[in-house]
Amino acid sequence: MLKFICYRTLQAIPVLFLVITATFFLTHAAPGGPFDSEKKTTPEILERLNARYNLDAPVYEQYFDYLGNLVKGDFGPSFKYVNRSVNEMIMTGLPITFELGLYAMAIAVTIGIGAGVIASLRPNTLQDYLPMSVAMIGICLPSFLLGPLLVLIFSIWLGWLPVAGWGDSSMDKLLPSLTLGIAYAAYIARLARGGILEVLSQDYIRTARAKGLSEPAIVFKHALKGGLIPVVAFLGPAFAGLLSGSFVIETIFQIPGLGRFYVQAAFNRDYTMIMGTTIFFSALIVVFNLISDIIAAWLNPRTRYGESSR
Amino acid sequence: MTRTLDITAFEEGRSLWQDAYTRLCRNKLAVVGFVVLICMGLLALMAGWISPYSYETQDLDLGASPPSADHWLGTDTLGRDLFTRILYGGRVSLMVGFLATAVALIIGVAWGMVSGYIGGRVDIIMMRIVDILYALPFTIFIILLMVVFGQNIYLLFLAIGAVEWLTMARIVRGQVISIRNQEYIDAAIAMGLSRFRILRRHVLPNILGPIIVYTTLTIPNVILLESFLSFLGLGIQPPQSSWGVLISYGVETMEEYPWLLIYPACVLSITLFSLNFLGDGLRDALDPRIAKD
Repeated sequence: MLKFICYRTLQAIPVLFLVITATFFLTHAAPGGPFDSEKKTTPEILERLNARYNLDAPVYEQYFDYLGNLVKGDFGPSFKYVNRSVNEMIMTGLPITFELGLYAMAIAVTIGIGAGVIASLRPNTLQDYLPMSVAMIGICLPSFLLGPLLVLIFSIWLGWLPVAGWGDSSMDKLLPSLTLGIAYAAYIARLARGGILEVLSQDYIRTARAKGLSEPAIVFKHALKGGLIPVVAFLGPAFAGLLSGSFVIETIFQIPGLGRFYVQAAFNRDYTMIMGTTIFFSALIVVFNLISDIIAAWLNPRTRYGESSR
Repeated sequence: MTRTLDITAFEEGRSLWQDAYTRLCRNKLAVVGFVVLICMGLLALMAGWISPYSYETQDLDLGASPPSADHWLGTDTLGRDLFTRILYGGRVSLMVGFLATAVALIIGVAWGMVSGYIGGRVDIIMMRIVDILYALPFTIFIILLMVVFGQNIYLLFLAIGAVEWLTMARIVRGQVISIRNQEYIDAAIAMGLSRFRILRRHVLPNILGPIIVYTTLTIPNVILLESFLSFLGLGIQPPQSSWGVLISYGVETMEEYPWLLIYPACVLSITLFSLNFLGDGLRDALDPRIAKD
């Protein structure tokens, strides 16, 4: 187990290094400098700006400087917002995005596992088809469509919930979390159903049946632990999906989180901000993939040895 | 359930493809999906003949109007015919879907076949590269690419295709490994065929099933990714439009003019549903071994 953890952790390092290097050189290859604007800047001012942001040094020197600062956890200053560092902006946006992601994940796991278990109790009956059809709709409907449609129905036509905002009124966190979570609930429901049904066909379940256990007891006590392994392995990628989903959700519902900052930085061509958030997001995703892999390996000893790379 | 034994089938012998075709035709959802897709594709291709308006003709006096006899699905705030714009948008969305998938298909199949067939150290290195790329947050990277190199539609094909080939490479490699050691491959080697010829004549036709299935399931993902980027304003740029662009406009004005959101949304979801149903149907028809998840 320790060997597996070490191996997976070591594998994460080249990924992060690749992300940092690719991001750095991509943004530096971009045509036009960060200070190109409608207003003409005089050469002297431009020169001073470049010196202030260390842009007059050769590219490789800037690269190693940036790497060095990253190791210290410093993402550098923002190009667009004078006197604000990328770190500050990440720290303002992160708690909000994190809260949103947490609610969405809670919704996805509760509804998803619930629906999956309900469906797997009576496979190939209405009790199976109904939740699975709804799940199919959830997978096909992208969040940038589901969000506006929910707003149209519940906020504009029915007037039950606020249209946008975060923490301004009591109920405004419900719609964004629901929109973000629902697609993942659908995936989790399908994975949970498949996983549980597979476990149910195994020998130790037959033993449990022979012992005379009731069907719910078999599912909840014996099948659930093994059947949920695919769900756990999916949580890492789901987290990555939640992060990129937060770009859309935070734009639709005007939530001042990290995803919205990222999209704005992309529009403003705020290069340090884009670099910083890209690297930060990537690191988060790599870490979460790592954690979900380790938990999945802990639940299922076979993946530790046989299939070492996932 | 009664099953009658079809003796003619034994006499004539049925190929895998005929078999798959009958199985696919029995799946009603998949057939409906296929027909819908054909219609959607034809409508988008013939947009210029079907619609009397051009996608950029403005009728500013009219402004946003609800569906009427002149404008079947209404007009947007600049008085442009929504039906026409959906057709032209479909052209872009479907084109991105198919072309980017083609890019993914070519890279993925070539990579997976070489890796799986040669094996050994080459395989290990090639698959390690796939593993590393797999762990990268690609949505973020595509956004970064679009920001750095400008919102260029050809770059969009390449960027999306460059992301989607990874899974294809893994699937193809697994398939190749499973047939690499079969007798007919040994026979081909013994006959002195070149590696390229073996891959093309003997390996590729035998792994076509899973490739077709996965390709069909990739297209909706690609369309979704394009709409996602266009929705954020980082994909297709005006005056060109795609379904994602139309939805993004629709969201801005949905309080006053809900039809501007609802119709593009319906068209996009119907297309995605059809592709997914067709893909699922093809999977059941071509490769009964792959279980539904």
